[in-house]
Amino acid sequence: MSITAMKQAPLRAHTRIHGVGAYRPELIVTNDDVCQWIDSSDEWIRQRTGIVTRHRAPREVSVIDMAEAAARDALAAAGIEASQLGAVLVSTVTHPYATPSAAAQLTDRLGASPAPAYDISAACAGYCYGIAQGDALVHAGTAEYVLVVGVEKLSDFIDNTDRTISFLLGDGAGAVVIGPADSAGIGPTVWGSDGSKHEAIRMDRSLLDVRDYALGAVASDAERDEDEGTEREGLWPTMRQDGPAVFRWAVWEMAKVAQQALDAAGITADELSVFLPHQANIRIIDEMVKQLKLPEHVHVARDIVDAGNTSAASIPLAMHRTLQEQPSLSGTLALQIGFGAGLVFGAQVVVLP
Amino acid sequence: MASNEEILAGLAEIVNEETGLAPESVEMDKSFTDDLDIDSISMMTIVVNAEEKFGVRIPDEEVKNLKTVGDAVNFISGAQA
Repeated sequence: MSITAMKQAPLRAHTRIHGVGAYRPELIVTNDDVCQWIDSSDEWIRQRTGIVTRHRAPREVSVIDMAEAAARDALAAAGIEASQLGAVLVSTVTHPYATPSAAAQLTDRLGASPAPAYDISAACAGYCYGIAQGDALVHAGTAEYVLVVGVEKLSDFIDNTDRTISFLLGDGAGAVVIGPADSAGIGPTVWGSDGSKHEAIRMDRSLLDVRDYALGAVASDAERDEDEGTEREGLWPTMRQDGPAVFRWAVWEMAKVAQQALDAAGITADELSVFLPHQANIRIIDEMVKQLKLPEHVHVARDIVDAGNTSAASIPLAMHRTLQEQPSLSGTLALQIGFGAGLVFGAQVVVLP
Repeated sequence: MASNEEILAGLAEIVNEETGLAPESVEMDKSFTDDLDIDSISMMTIVVNAEEKFGVRIPDEEVKNLKTVGDAVNFISGAQA
């Protein structure tokens, strides 16, 4: 038999986002709540981060629970049945099992089995990485519809006394359904990584540290803290960041990536209606808008004010809110960019569902 | 090559743009945090603008050592040499 007789999946010319869904936990943590744990004030936190409240999920609500709520919302918005999904991708860094994935259980719960399912570990860029993959799967004919979820329960990995990042973080989930389209709906993804800066944003302990501590191989926190010059209780891994270094990278390096995503899509800033940056810090967002010279008419998502930084969930949550508040923006062009621990980044222009 | 006086004047201009502080309040012995009340994020914006203005590179790990305006002026002057 000739090898040329082998078939490959037929390519699809165009893809788009068919629907977006969201889940925001009910518990709201104010800056005054946060100030019980760190010596700060509501005014200080607002000025430096823009954050007024963040949502956090109670113990009994899991990453998979939140993902399911957002996914069902996105499927309903898209008018797609779970059985039509050809792949389920979950971007998260807070599912508390290295294996099995959150995606496989989510797929089962949704009734989408036996759709292929896997998690993506790309922190705050995770949602844009998911869009890149979902877009490619549909394009290549590997799947017809792909569910992409960005979900985080960061409250399980914070240290309330930490002043570097913990007080910024919130919980939540956002989801979209990607599928075939008649015209271009997802621009080329500009993405990358810089692992030389892996310490800029990180969990400060590994699972091996937790094991060693539990086995008594580490004598005490006090001993350990003396070595590291930090003060904290327990050995549970929690998030830390070098804020100023991340700020510089996020604004001046990421503005270039955002511009490349516009150029790759053949779009000018004038043609954009919405800017959906990862909701890391309002000052990063404002400075990025300045660097990109976005025109006045571009709606800039500032969901961070109420939601805090929800890592992989922040962009789809911001998209969902933007469309709820201004439904007329459906069908217009949005620039989305995610960036975070790794360091990793991803950006693309999309047509809003 | 800019003199220290020119670097100080340029830096004062950048600080003024970022914070609104009067340029004449930006003196060599002033601490960025304690005297000028500049936070770490504003400091980064000042650093990036100074890099552009003076054509130097100020690495992240160096920024932590720039406690006073004089530290910054001396670093920029040394980096230009």
